[in-house]
Amino acid sequence: MSCCGASPDLDDINEVSRLVSRKLAAFLRTLRDSGFAVGLAEGQDAATLMAAGYAARPGLLRSALKHLLSTRKADWDRFDGIFDAFWLGKRVRSRSIATGAAKPANNPSLKSLPNQSAEPRAGAETAIDQIPSVDGVENERSGDGRMEGASRADNLAEVDFRNLADPQQVELAHLAAAQLARVMRTRLTRRDLARRRGYRLDLRRTIHGNISHGGVPLSLVRRQRKPKPLRLVVLLDASGSMSMYTGVFLRFIHGVLDEFREAEAFLFHTRLAHVSDAMKERDAGRALDRLSIMAQGAGGGTRIGECLQTFNRWHAARVVHSRTCVMIVSDGYETGDAALLGREMAALGRRCRRIAWLNPMMGWRGYAPEARGIKAALPHVDLYAPANTLASLRALEPYLARL
Amino acid sequence: MKTRDEIARALGDAGYIADGELAIAIALMQQLRRPLLLEGEAGVGKTEVAKALAAVHATELIRLQCYEGLDQSAALYEWNYQRQLLSIQAHRGADADAVEDQIFSEKYLLERPLLAAIRRERSPVLLIDEIDRADDEFEAFLLELLSDFQVTIPELGTIRATAIPHVVLTSNGTRELSDALRRRCLYHYVDYPDIDREARIITTRVEGTSASLALQIARMVECIRKEELRKVPGVAETLDWAAALVGLEVKDLHDAPETVHETLMCLLKTQEDKARVSREVTQRLLGRVA
Repeated sequence: MSCCGASPDLDDINEVSRLVSRKLAAFLRTLRDSGFAVGLAEGQDAATLMAAGYAARPGLLRSALKHLLSTRKADWDRFDGIFDAFWLGKRVRSRSIATGAAKPANNPSLKSLPNQSAEPRAGAETAIDQIPSVDGVENERSGDGRMEGASRADNLAEVDFRNLADPQQVELAHLAAAQLARVMRTRLTRRDLARRRGYRLDLRRTIHGNISHGGVPLSLVRRQRKPKPLRLVVLLDASGSMSMYTGVFLRFIHGVLDEFREAEAFLFHTRLAHVSDAMKERDAGRALDRLSIMAQGAGGGTRIGECLQTFNRWHAARVVHSRTCVMIVSDGYETGDAALLGREMAALGRRCRRIAWLNPMMGWRGYAPEARGIKAALPHVDLYAPANTLASLRALEPYLARL
Repeated sequence: MKTRDEIARALGDAGYIADGELAIAIALMQQLRRPLLLEGEAGVGKTEVAKALAAVHATELIRLQCYEGLDQSAALYEWNYQRQLLSIQAHRGADADAVEDQIFSEKYLLERPLLAAIRRERSPVLLIDEIDRADDEFEAFLLELLSDFQVTIPELGTIRATAIPHVVLTSNGTRELSDALRRRCLYHYVDYPDIDREARIITTRVEGTSASLALQIARMVECIRKEELRKVPGVAETLDWAAALVGLEVKDLHDAPETVHETLMCLLKTQEDKARVSREVTQRLLGRVA
């Protein structure tokens, strides 16, 4: 394939190639601005292709550059539109609302999200320090500092859930939470298996089995560790003060629990409800529907202490054992007896491996755990972390992995 | 270098009906010496691409099936410990250094797929299947191999590829792959084939299927894929179903609605899906297949 017919003046050729390379560089920049991961090597290969004659045939060039410069399905779907807009001056087709979880970052409508991240972010950063390690967040940055995966939804990741007023944005946050949970679940399951995989040599059987070889250990017998399933018990506050967060949490927890490990889920407000069965619903939408009916509080405040008492009395013996992490998601506004809450937390703490308390309020600037409930509970909590944005949910992963 | 049309024709001869874009991707693989990452739903024929590519190049296909916990010893190389131990016994009393040199030589090296792929005289097709099932660590290890086509074995030194293999990676998207890996590869998203292409796939792969029956089957499968199913049937399932229908001597789907419904088990793989596609639903879908 050759792009040139007659042989024009050398200066002209240089001028043309200069123009083409400048245009190509501008195109690569456009792609980078649109979130494509285009590095130097890709740029060089693109230039090689242009020089090899692809430049003369737009259809062929588009397809070749699409393979070279796209790195994921979302890129693949958008590439043709961007190419046509840039090289052929066509209008980019407006895309309808994202349906996949990975798409929110790429949805142009997200760019209009109000920049309300400053306030929660300031609080979140200081608060995340209380999580033992946040290297999971760091790990998601690749060498060149480009974010990848779910973290591409940066603008959404830092927005406090309560600031998502538009139903469309709420839906996007739900999708992103479900996607985050899915990614996390895969990694956690894998770590679980890897942890179990530590083979040890069974010396007695090895020697016994190699007597016929004169005692030379030709075939080694290894002992496999017995799997010890870890259990997660989630207690979710579904009271009025938490209403802005309940939806996203339900989606997140549904994602984490689904097919994951031994897990139980409870909702509480003035009463405690066992919702594991509803959580087992495969379809996230149906699960949410079932749960939101159960989650409708009586509006009489939150009786965390009494609910915990019920939990300890009726459920704990069955669902909590020494390898259980209890995760309480609540803002800690106790309208009942705070002393009772402290006592029940202590009782629960004796039963389980760890108690993690996730508090959406913690991400707010100037928040201090002054409420009676949370003050009484805190001495018995192993992890106290914010959970008001997708970023803070993501920061939980290293902790969950160490269960 | 072959042109796009030549590649498409060669793939067709090898039994793979490719769309135009995939042919371009394969042309680029050769031109830019980059691996090809194929992503798409399970059952759309990603693995088949590698097989067809091996047939096109008339070369060996080396397959590495990824799974959780896959490590270097299973993917790259392993020493034959039992033979090494025997050899130590046999050379008892000999110079220790000499014995060591001997037992860490080629003879005691067990080649695994990745090492095999870079030591072949003629470029093989290396299929790294379902890379998303492997761990992050393995993916990172792979980066080095895919960019430099060399590996280092501590006892033997660095082994460089004699001929650079054609590498095809497939992913079902169960895990997000790293940007680093994605950027080293050409990317192609494999979708379910459209009706015409699926009909052509059926006539090519299932002997005795008439063009009209193949078209009906492809249309019916397309309709079934639009139903709310837990497991959407892939191309392999379509081929199974076509083979079943041909075996039962069905010439036209409308003539044998009962057989059509009963053989849907080739497409529907869960009890839930079977229950969802009842006799009435089959009838309704058949009505849409002209």
